[in-house]
Amino acid sequence: MNLEDYKGIYVFIEQREGIIQNVALELLGQARKLADELNDKVYAMLLGHQIADQAQSLIARGADEVIVVDAPELKEYTTEPYTQAICQIINERKPESLFIGATTLGRDLGPRVSARVGTGLTADCTKIEVGENGEMLMTRPAFGGNLMATIVCKNHRPQMGTVRPGVLFAMDADESRTGAIVNYEVKFNAAKFRVKLLKTVKEDNNLIDITEARILVSGGRGIGNKEGFEAMDALANTLNAEVSASRAMVDAGYIGHDRQVGQTGKTVRPDLYFAFGISGAIQHVAGMEDSDLIIAVNKDKYAPIFQVSDLGIVGDAKQIIKKLTERLEKQN
Amino acid sequence: MKIVVCIKQVPDTTEIKIDPITGTLIRDGVPSIMNPDDKSGLEMALQLKDEKGAHVTVITMGPPQADLILREAYAMGVDRAIHLTDRKFAGADTLATSHALAGALRKIDFDLLITGRQAIDGDTAQVGPQIAEHLDLPQVSYLEDLKFDGDKTFTMKRHIEDGYQMLEVEAPCVVTVLSSANTPRYMNVGGIVDAYQKEVEVWGFNEIEVDEKDLGLKGSPTSVHKAFARGLKPAGELYEVGTDEAVGIIIKKLKEKFILN
Repeated sequence: MNLEDYKGIYVFIEQREGIIQNVALELLGQARKLADELNDKVYAMLLGHQIADQAQSLIARGADEVIVVDAPELKEYTTEPYTQAICQIINERKPESLFIGATTLGRDLGPRVSARVGTGLTADCTKIEVGENGEMLMTRPAFGGNLMATIVCKNHRPQMGTVRPGVLFAMDADESRTGAIVNYEVKFNAAKFRVKLLKTVKEDNNLIDITEARILVSGGRGIGNKEGFEAMDALANTLNAEVSASRAMVDAGYIGHDRQVGQTGKTVRPDLYFAFGISGAIQHVAGMEDSDLIIAVNKDKYAPIFQVSDLGIVGDAKQIIKKLTERLEKQN
Repeated sequence: MKIVVCIKQVPDTTEIKIDPITGTLIRDGVPSIMNPDDKSGLEMALQLKDEKGAHVTVITMGPPQADLILREAYAMGVDRAIHLTDRKFAGADTLATSHALAGALRKIDFDLLITGRQAIDGDTAQVGPQIAEHLDLPQVSYLEDLKFDGDKTFTMKRHIEDGYQMLEVEAPCVVTVLSSANTPRYMNVGGIVDAYQKEVEVWGFNEIEVDEKDLGLKGSPTSVHKAFARGLKPAGELYEVGTDEAVGIIIKKLKEKFILN
């Protein structure tokens, strides 16, 4: 493999039902920064069916070229057609690096592609930087978030990584940006399509994305029970905030998995993060430590949450929530 | 039906702590366990055995002490256990690991290959799909449930962010299972005693079908550039005061940061 032949930062644009996912825009924003540093170009790979009208928006978000693969085989995601499409692009265009969102889709597609083309894949990156020799330094949590490891892919191309949603920054749409839109044809081998999608079921249309919230009122074991969560709801209402939780509360069934913050939940970075009755296990901290302002309330003054909080209160979370809600309601 | 389950021995990462002074991992006394997603995969296989009379093989790749999880698997009810271990496998990243396991799996006849979705020490979720690719088999990851029609067709429920997908796949195929799929059974008491009477087959490079250049450190495209403890920012203010005063301090902070007017 002649490494010199490989050029360009390629981003897989995840869309669901034609809607481009935020993580793809975050990847584009980061790819733009890396490309500017490397004097290289950003290529957005937009796969789907009847999605070409969205290509221009990707240029505004940082792409130099949008590679549109429009095919009925790609209407809904299944592993093999998407793998064939991405692998054909890799083989023909030889990307230097390629990034995919670390969603349930990206974490299915990424390893399949990396094994087919025989290159390395770094999972769930939280940071991507350019190294001394122009290589990608991909940093990710390991050992359940206890350790960070920076991974390199020295002698294989493309350097592949999946990146967690919510950790990189999308750039604001700049409609003055220009770029190319290319329709790309994939020769599918349908004999290998052996998984048949019967249906996709949405379980709850009221799901909210806590990664989008500016203020999160988050609760852990110290909140205790359903009444505790109702009190948090009331507080969240006064602040126009969303409610989230640590894993313990999700496992106990008080709140849905979509509102779980942490290593096995979501990574959030709101303007304000309230940690009520959350001890601050590393798995939780890994998902919220980059919040702008962290206010923690816990009755144990040695709780590790106080090591990451900007303001810590040693006290009864439930009482403080109640009192704080009363005071804020009065203010409003 | 023949089922193979890939399992891994991992440190219980929920028990790992960071030394607050040196910032290094404290590994002493951290127990080694069967990876939770893998254990649910194993349970899924054993349920198929209970219902349909499947033959279940477990395979693990790892150092000699990984024998323990194979004994545990015997005590849970598997029929055959293979321990893949060789110095040639050392230093493998996910791709090289998947090549070694695929090399062993070429020597075993199966209809369904089950892995955990991911291991709690690495959280990569890569080895299952990579094995599937090497063996040219279809994959379904993030599996929550599976039904077998008794002939050759599986109906599968795959978890996605806002719901699930129902998929249909024919054997042979590869699935990666979530720990939320089921609650694994306990080892049976008689089984624990018998587990140590049973044979664990130990396989090395010579027993499997793989290109040596794809293995171990040499076969690993990725390498660790550096590893470090997560840098925590300096702790902020801490108050131990009554509820009213505490609420006052919080409100003051919210005003200071322009979150409240």
